[in-house]
Amino acid sequence: MTKSIGKVVGVNGNMVSVEVDGNVSLNEVGYIVLNDQRLKSEVIRIQGSKAEMQVFEITTGIGIGDPVEFTGELLAVELGPGLLTQIFDGLQNPLPQLAEQCGFFLQRGVYLNALPRNIKWDFTPLVKAGDTVTAADSLGYVPEGIFEHQIMVPFNMSENYTVESIVSAGSYTVEEEIAVVVDAEGVKHSIKMMFNWPVKKAITAYAERLKPARPMITKVRIIDTFLPVSLGGTYCIPGPFGAGKTVLQQVTSRHAEVDIVIIAACGERAGEVVETLKEFPELIDPKTGKSLMERTIIICNTSSMPVAAREASVYTAVTLAEYYRQMGLNCLLLADSTSRWAQAMREMSGRLEEIPGEEAFPAYLESVIASFYERAGLVRLKNGKEGSVTIGGTVSPAGGNFEEPVTQATLKVVGAFHGLSRERSDARKYPAIHPLESWSKYPSIINGNQIEYARDVLFRGNEVGQMMKVVGEEGTSIDDYVIYLKADFMDYVYLQQNSFDPVDAAVSVERQQYVFSILLDILSSKFSFEIKNEARQYFNQLRQKFLDYNGSEWQSDQFKKLEEEIKQMIEEKRNGYLANADKLRNS
Amino acid sequence: MRKIYSKIDAIAGNVITVSAENVKYGDLAVVSSSSGESLANVIRLNGKNVSLQVFSGGRGVSTGDEVRFLGHPMQVSFSDNLMGRIFTGSGKPRDNGPSLEENMIEIGGPSVNPAKRIIPRNMIRTGIPMIDVFNSLVESQKLPIFSVSGEPYNELLARIAMQAEVDMIILGGMGLKYDDYLFFKETLENGGAMSRTIFFVHTAADPIVECLLVPDMSLAVAEKFALKGKKVLVLLTDMTNFSDAMKEIAITMEQVPSNRGYPGDLYSQLASRYEKAVDFEGAGSITILAVTTMPGDDVTHPVPDNTGYITEGQYYLRNGRIEPFGSLSRLKQMVNKDTRDDHRALMDGMIKLYASYKESLEKKSMGFKMSEWDIKLLKYGELFEAEMMDLSVNIPLEKALDRGWSILAESFTPDETGLRTELINKFWPGNKEEN
Ligand SMILES: Nc1ncnc2c1ncn2[C@@H]1O[C@H](COP(=O)(O)OP(=O)(O)O)[C@@H](O)[C@H]1O
Ligand SMILES: [Mg+2]
Repeated sequence: MTKSIGKVVGVNGNMVSVEVDGNVSLNEVGYIVLNDQRLKSEVIRIQGSKAEMQVFEITTGIGIGDPVEFTGELLAVELGPGLLTQIFDGLQNPLPQLAEQCGFFLQRGVYLNALPRNIKWDFTPLVKAGDTVTAADSLGYVPEGIFEHQIMVPFNMSENYTVESIVSAGSYTVEEEIAVVVDAEGVKHSIKMMFNWPVKKAITAYAERLKPARPMITKVRIIDTFLPVSLGGTYCIPGPFGAGKTVLQQVTSRHAEVDIVIIAACGERAGEVVETLKEFPELIDPKTGKSLMERTIIICNTSSMPVAAREASVYTAVTLAEYYRQMGLNCLLLADSTSRWAQAMREMSGRLEEIPGEEAFPAYLESVIASFYERAGLVRLKNGKEGSVTIGGTVSPAGGNFEEPVTQATLKVVGAFHGLSRERSDARKYPAIHPLESWSKYPSIINGNQIEYARDVLFRGNEVGQMMKVVGEEGTSIDDYVIYLKADFMDYVYLQQNSFDPVDAAVSVERQQYVFSILLDILSSKFSFEIKNEARQYFNQLRQKFLDYNGSEWQSDQFKKLEEEIKQMIEEKRNGYLANADKLRNS
Repeated sequence: MRKIYSKIDAIAGNVITVSAENVKYGDLAVVSSSSGESLANVIRLNGKNVSLQVFSGGRGVSTGDEVRFLGHPMQVSFSDNLMGRIFTGSGKPRDNGPSLEENMIEIGGPSVNPAKRIIPRNMIRTGIPMIDVFNSLVESQKLPIFSVSGEPYNELLARIAMQAEVDMIILGGMGLKYDDYLFFKETLENGGAMSRTIFFVHTAADPIVECLLVPDMSLAVAEKFALKGKKVLVLLTDMTNFSDAMKEIAITMEQVPSNRGYPGDLYSQLASRYEKAVDFEGAGSITILAVTTMPGDDVTHPVPDNTGYITEGQYYLRNGRIEPFGSLSRLKQMVNKDTRDDHRALMDGMIKLYASYKESLEKKSMGFKMSEWDIKLLKYGELFEAEMMDLSVNIPLEKALDRGWSILAESFTPDETGLRTELINKFWPGNKEEN
């Protein structure tokens, strides 16, 4: 393909109009040449010989007539060993290396290799000359930290190829040839450990997509028990500022039981990424005994970094997730916040003077959001293994109002909705996920009847609470009052969870199931209290014990002692079980 | 050598268009008209048509006026000579001092590489319990005061500035009332802080485009001082005026508005300023305290709303007090783990109880009979408001924590507080071990 050139004919914010000499394609990358700097840009609209480009850099200093060089290639990322533990910007520039070169500030026009070129990887071949291979088949593997990183036939090589040669076991860099394959026409293709993939194109080199069914354990009680997410599923966390979206994603990135976590810090605070960046290398993943960083990639395009690169960042992130999924791994992509990505689209759409939709978002907002979440999924690979990409995105609705376009478009496509409520975060009830308004279509770690039972108590307790606001405590029957207290109790000791407490921050499935059964025992018990004050005091004391219990190490002496005391307290006041408690037992 | 253009093709609001060559995006120009000279900068290039926003406004500019391009973007002088000086938004002296032209630096520079940032670690003590106990301010934080107009937000800003231990203060005033400008000047002078302060002030009477420059001018200078090792506190008041100035230009440029007339990039624009807050490893820091007035006391208004998503928390000022609900310091957990072991638990526990107090208060106002528990909560709430929330309270953090426990003990039995037993054993008045 011949590469076209062009000249700048207009500048409007981060959008530049270019008069092109030759052919260009949509989403093709070009560089605006500014003295000694080359500014990366992407074609986002073509009209006749005029192309509009979004510039991934600050546009100050660009003038009419400045030359533009097109690359003939779409915006792509590098795939290969060496991605894990890295911190990239939205265009896969490694930020620490950039800092080494440029110091405190980001310098425009400096683009470094995403994959280290000097590292030698220990390659073990899995195929031999004469074998037939196609896209995504493993040719061999290299150890990358705790994983066996599969070296695959590039995903765009979708025909059948015969292996002509493959290197023997040994150390190779990502740029060395490790195999030569021949297609049906006899054309030879050289394969390296590294190849490029256009970020806006989903990787589909698998056998089939499956329905997500196994839970993705987050160790957050309210999620795993009541609002679960499945491996390969999608979920969103909308909430007003300060409601706890980022903290929730941070704890999930630490504790989630998945192989790989990709954090896309998209258009929000740089400071929050720094916490992850500095803490992860020190934190030990209990599953592997290695630092958490070994399973993590951070894509960091925070709010003051160029907006166009922010738009690209979520695609960069999901492409990396899909890549590791092809190795049979479970990958979790956490994007904070998808609203900033949507706003980046809105900014460009405005500059293109497209006809605006609601709140000036472009008309294609919904379909773009839908196709992004569609890149999640559980798949069966061609070798029979399963791999998954789970996507969790926060949404930052304007004014905290969930009726706005981004939240609504997202709710249409995700499998679980963890809506954060201002009321709960104001009252420091963390995680502030609204237990009644949120929903999930995925199966829980706890049996359905029991969940229904607990949810019903919560629902009725809430109703009584609302009623009490109208008729007062004195107008409420003691039975209703006890339901209210039970719901409040469950809220305190089960739904709320202290993310900053060393023990309570992450609760294993085993412990959740165990504690839930005690909780259920309390919820389904009939208690006889003389007066409301006695009931309130009783539940206060029980709550106190339970909070101490939640804060004690699983199966420690303290844990067992408190459990004994709790059970004793229940026995003392219990007067049999409620009639509707049968439902729980015959299931 | 640079060409002078003497034909202006269009004038709309504060934006003029000239036909010119060899102009770069962002470049500065001087527009000379009968009413004097003004700076202007390039905000759009379309073939030969160059659009500029004129700092002193479009009023009085005629189609025959001269435009001379300077060949560089907006700059500000940087040296120790800035200390104690007062400038306009475009960097002209407002005091009687000389104008400064040495060592010019560009404003609105690139952002800090996130990989170079460090975890904030130093608490800035203010003596205000609603800040120190419940929402600690941290060096390198960016934090606005959300306020209705009429509240004493500038007084609060000045008080924190005077009490905070920083090396220097930069005040960026936007649409500042002249009286408020004088108030800041007097407070800093009386506190002996003027010699380590720099003012960039746009008053309500000044041209609107100059308002837009204030944050960038203030922060560019702050950044240079921070790189030289200074702990800089930047005060920006009022960012709603800044946003409104942006809205005005956007409308003139016929941009599609996104929300109540504000441009779609309001979030990115505000973020690029606030994100200048930083702690440079091995050098100084920038902490930003801003004021965001909320039109109609509406926190969902686009300006406070976008701000809340950008800044690291906010202080809500209402009825002369910092409200516990809505107020937040996102960085508090970086510092409150090392203060005293009851700090975090007390902070959360007291707010939860205050939330319950508010519910009881509501019930009471509806005429319901108060239960024993309600009565306890009412007592607690009143004590809390008088002894913690009142802005006249000025005590160190440790005293404030002790006061917290005594308020709890006056109001509740230990198990009613929802606090863990170990803490109660250690801190409950009467239980307190002698050390
Ligand atoms: N699970 C939690 N436990 C304790 N505190 C929390 C929790 N979630 C949020 N917070 C508090 O709320 C603040 C804001 O949370 P954050 O996640 O940054 O909000 P958002 O991303 O929704 O704007 C945090 O700094 C922290 O003080
Ligand atoms: Mg957040």
